[in-house]
Amino acid sequence: MIDWEWITDQGDQIWERTVEHVTLTVIAVVVGLLVSALLALVALRNKRTYAPITWTSGVLYTIPSIALFVLLVPFTGLSLLTAEIGLVSYTLLILVRNIVAGIDGVSPSVVEAARGVGYTDRGILRRVQIPLALPVIVAGIRVAAVTTVGLVTVTFIVGYGGYGFFIRRGLARDFPTEILLGVALSALLAVVVDLSLVAAERALTPWARSKATEE
Amino acid sequence: MAEAMIRLEAVTKTYQGAVNPAVDSLSLEIPRGEVVVLVGPSGCGKTTILKMINRLIEPTSGVIELDGRDVTSVEPHVLRRGIGYVIQQIGLFPHRTIADNIAAVPGLLGWDKGRIEQRVDELVELVGLDPEMAQRYPASLSGGQQQRAGVARALAADPPVLLMDEPFGAVDPIVRSRLQEELLRLQDRLAKTIVFVTHDIDEAIKVGDRVAILNIGGMLEQYAPPDELLREPANEFVAGFLGEDRGLKRLSLIPLTSVNLVRGPMVNVTGTVEEASSVMRQEGTEWVGVLEGDRLLGWLWNTDLDGKSTVADCVPRRFRATIQAAASMREALDAVVNTRNQAAVVLEGDRYLGMVFLDQISEGLLS
Repeated sequence: MIDWEWITDQGDQIWERTVEHVTLTVIAVVVGLLVSALLALVALRNKRTYAPITWTSGVLYTIPSIALFVLLVPFTGLSLLTAEIGLVSYTLLILVRNIVAGIDGVSPSVVEAARGVGYTDRGILRRVQIPLALPVIVAGIRVAAVTTVGLVTVTFIVGYGGYGFFIRRGLARDFPTEILLGVALSALLAVVVDLSLVAAERALTPWARSKATEE
Repeated sequence: MAEAMIRLEAVTKTYQGAVNPAVDSLSLEIPRGEVVVLVGPSGCGKTTILKMINRLIEPTSGVIELDGRDVTSVEPHVLRRGIGYVIQQIGLFPHRTIADNIAAVPGLLGWDKGRIEQRVDELVELVGLDPEMAQRYPASLSGGQQQRAGVARALAADPPVLLMDEPFGAVDPIVRSRLQEELLRLQDRLAKTIVFVTHDIDEAIKVGDRVAILNIGGMLEQYAPPDELLREPANEFVAGFLGEDRGLKRLSLIPLTSVNLVRGPMVNVTGTVEEASSVMRQEGTEWVGVLEGDRLLGWLWNTDLDGKSTVADCVPRRFRATIQAAASMREALDAVVNTRNQAAVVLEGDRYLGMVFLDQISEGLLS
């Protein structure tokens, strides 16, 4: 059923689409993280803004992805910008929530001790709260990144798509091998991205590991 | 009283939304180099007072001076880098090794790396931590070890003032008692000005050079050295807070060396039975202690001597109640009440110093 011979001829095309898929994902997650960090900071400074911020990002999250890209086309055209606006939107809810929850979850006595020994508010955030919130923040990044890898395939609607290119062309040509190739590569990339983030987290939080072995 | 290191003048704190102040027009002088304990029931504002000194809480009115300078004359974070701070929950940074935790303030003050490392090594030793622990994370240490690390962090930049908020509240009684003793030992060497908050009156009496007893609303009921508090509580509240066993608590503050020990009926092991009998007659006892030089061998009933010619012929019985000269009167009392003849033998190492009876103990309390 699978045409292996055809697949082996697709080396160049697969490489090209991998680069595209990874680029779209990385841009979306990095921009999403920056926007979310900003929103989370606002929410942490002023608790009353937290509900509207999560509500708005929650609404964005509920819009079906295909519909969102189609809605954006009249404004931003068939462009990278359109693709990224859509992809970034879907990362916000999970990232804002996890950044806020992670920082809120830092033990108040540790924060008080930090203030007591003479850290400034900025120092506390940078040197104490963010490092301690990393496990929760990275957990959010993992979900956001894996979701984004899946969503990138849909951006074929605006002329991109990464591995979505194979899925779309396979559907058009009624060629199951090509559809399966796109699906399988996308799933594989999701796993690779997730595992790399786990590794990154372990490297960044050696203290959390020593605790785990102790308990 | 020594010159004041910390001075509170008419300090009031009313929390937002509260009707009654948590601290009401409190004036207090904390002498340089002393351990001052703030003690009282919950709601007496003791922690609030402490946190106003390093500006974690700002007073509603009043002035707080540290070493003659208004604490509001410097930025809060700058002020805090010059004051050691230890809290009950310890608050070690879980993501940093013990060494990095201790290095926190020197790091903030911009010390160079070599100087920080040297200081960390010193402190690890000073608070009695195993040097191997310096590279571990806080989660892998016991509660007592974490608390030691917390004290080391507070001492890192050698601040003249240490604020301690129920520092030993979270450890078990045995470890707490040991940490209290270590603190006193450290204080003998360092002579810091320490403000120590606790709700445990026994801890207050043990560690404080001076104790401030506070009532609800930050009312200062009495401020005096522990012995004076116990001897002359200012009012019912203070007496009630000190508890029914005030006399016993005072005993624990009085060293055994402050009473005149009694020589007791003693005979040298080289003596004859006649000598032993005459000692008993003189002292009006039916027993006699046996010494060899200044070492105590034990004691004999008068009947043990029957039919013997020298003391050396008898096998001395062991004294049950012996106590070292460094003990407190309370420990002496404990030893005394546990014996039938109401006397305890006082030794210094191996050397016999004398005996202490119930009478001497109650005299000690009256003096």
